[in-house]
Amino acid sequence: MTVASAKEDLVSPPVKRRKKFDKQGRLAFWLLLPACVAVFGVIIYPMFRTLVVSLFQVDSALATVTPFVGLGNYLSVLSNSDFWASIGRTFYFTLVSTALELVLGLIVAGLLNAKLKWRWLFRTIVVIPWAIPTIVNAAMWKGIFNAQYGALNALLTQLGIIHSYQAWLGDPNLALNMVILADVWKTVPLVAFFLLAGLTSIPTELYEAAKLDRASWPRIFRSIVLPMLVPSISIVLVLRTVEAFKVFDIIYAMTRGGPIDSTSTVAYFAYETAFSDQNFGIGSAISYIITIFILALSAVYLRLLRRSDLSLL
Amino acid sequence: MKFTSKRLRRAMVGIGIAAVATIIVSGCSVTGASSNAGSAGGNSGTINALFMKQAGYSESDVDAIIKSFEKKYPKITVKPTFVAYEALHDKIVTSAPAGTYDVVHMDVIWPAEFASKGLITNVTKQFPASWKSSMLGGALSSAEYKGQYYGVPWGPSTKLFFYNKAMLAKVGATADDVKTWDGVLAVAKKLKDQGVVKYPLSWSWSQAEALICDYAVMLGAFGGQFTDSSGKLDVNNQAGVEALAWMRKTITDGLTDPASLTFLEDDTDKSMAAGKTAMELNWESTFRDLNDPSISKIVGDAAVSAPPAGPTGVNPGVNGSMALAIPTGSKHKTAAWTFIKYITSEAVQDKYVKSSMTNWKASYTQPTITQSNPEVFAAAGKAYDSMLSRPEVPDYNQVSQILQVDIQKALLGKLSPQAAMDDAVKQANALS
Repeated sequence: MTVASAKEDLVSPPVKRRKKFDKQGRLAFWLLLPACVAVFGVIIYPMFRTLVVSLFQVDSALATVTPFVGLGNYLSVLSNSDFWASIGRTFYFTLVSTALELVLGLIVAGLLNAKLKWRWLFRTIVVIPWAIPTIVNAAMWKGIFNAQYGALNALLTQLGIIHSYQAWLGDPNLALNMVILADVWKTVPLVAFFLLAGLTSIPTELYEAAKLDRASWPRIFRSIVLPMLVPSISIVLVLRTVEAFKVFDIIYAMTRGGPIDSTSTVAYFAYETAFSDQNFGIGSAISYIITIFILALSAVYLRLLRRSDLSLL
Repeated sequence: MKFTSKRLRRAMVGIGIAAVATIIVSGCSVTGASSNAGSAGGNSGTINALFMKQAGYSESDVDAIIKSFEKKYPKITVKPTFVAYEALHDKIVTSAPAGTYDVVHMDVIWPAEFASKGLITNVTKQFPASWKSSMLGGALSSAEYKGQYYGVPWGPSTKLFFYNKAMLAKVGATADDVKTWDGVLAVAKKLKDQGVVKYPLSWSWSQAEALICDYAVMLGAFGGQFTDSSGKLDVNNQAGVEALAWMRKTITDGLTDPASLTFLEDDTDKSMAAGKTAMELNWESTFRDLNDPSISKIVGDAAVSAPPAGPTGVNPGVNGSMALAIPTGSKHKTAAWTFIKYITSEAVQDKYVKSSMTNWKASYTQPTITQSNPEVFAAAGKAYDSMLSRPEVPDYNQVSQILQVDIQKALLGKLSPQAAMDDAVKQANALS
């Protein structure tokens, strides 16, 4: 590219060159326009509109009188104890689900990386949970956890672990953990595949050298696998934390926030405030606060991970 | 390259300024609502109707009604959409700005909210005065707010008491034994002790409106009401607390299936149809389902009555009537009204009394109609005489959510019934 353009510079006069770029630029502009319109229409405009709405008191989908309240909506959200409770539950969901997914994902990735017969088949099967739509996954787990005919109750009673059927989603101390279980089942494959990509890129020579040095497996894991996986882990962590923090659909389909709000995460709280209570101003303010939380989380992560030499980010 | 990026940047800035300008121009209302007032349209075209997929009229009932309507009015086509009750409210709200629907199915607790927020059309002028006297009062309230009409009632509804005759017979109990809630408790205890069924009672007590409907029945039976004369929530009095304490007691005594806290009406219905529940409160159409051999194992064993009476001897059911309304954004209001008039007419409602009761008083005295669903007519006829209303306030949804959480806290033993109701009253009355 550089050689070619340098040659061109020598041959063609500057005016002609400018014209050519002009033509190319115009083409590029028209080629990019559809993408720009799409991005503007479905990302930038809604975000901007939400920001505007968050500054007004909008208490109807068809409100005609919408007084300007400035940061009033934000202040009322931040002073609402229900909001902070939902933030607490969201952090719990994020922390536990991401941690479980990472640990289980690493184990699954390790198994899929082993030299097995039919490895391609196992790799295909493992992907299935990830391919199931969240709503279907939620309905399926709701069935498994059902207090009267759920498979989990049948399994545990027949194994003699519990003596009577439990209402897994009816106990406020259990419900969120059960939702986490459903989420983990669906997401482990994704995490596993990210980590598998990292595992396959570790040169086999490293393992061989370590074996020659008589390193034990835990030692190899700690000194070779884990450090080499840091780039993959960092991507997965950021991705999953942000995703988990926004969790909505699985909650909507499994528990609708109950019992006693014990599964009402902040995204569900925002939905309820905006669409069920028709407090669109406050609902918009909550969405912006969620965005700020996610930005802060991502920033912390990226900073932590950047310290590692091997990180891609 | 430089030139291009400058141009692009300029274009982007231009788009940005245009966006800001659009917002400022429409700045008087950030929802842009004034531009979507809908229109009457002609008495023809395609109308979109949003229905509930749960109790009452079934999907095939509605499809059959639409078919006969389209035969009578060939210029109008009706496209129905069915959603679960739990999604209905939010669907009406989110579709309002776009004016997607011309007819929506509306619950009795929503007219205050939808009317005061301008989501549905005032039809008082088209509403014949004669309807006000020829329709049941409880059904009328599902379309009325502050003396104005915002729709047409489409079936009164209340929760009735269903029990499994065969199970009751095993412990020697009859219909007379379950005429009061005390009697229900005694029978339930016998059923449990004699091992007829593990949990004789199940309820729709998940964190949803269904819980408030069940609580309403108990509140009424204990002689209470939701609001005081000034419209403030008033459930932390003796009746409100005793009703809740009674509900809690059925759990601690092991008579209520703990799964009830995850149940909606549909789940209690299934539980009873599967023979896992002996007694339940549910809507009228439950009787149809319990006697449908394709989904029920207890065909012929189900019996239905008005809700049992409480210690004060009264038994008002909960008013769960529904209506059909025209959203403000509809562009076919004339055709929508024609359809609503047809589907709510006496002749059509009379034809489907197995699914939903009719709101026309005259039907209740015509033997040909009452004979087609005699058990439910006998039970419902009595129940409709007195029905308890949930608070008719614009922010009902928030009031209901507060009540749902506090009632569940008491049911789970996290708070005493008194503390739970004190908290609910405090929170709800601080709303506005």
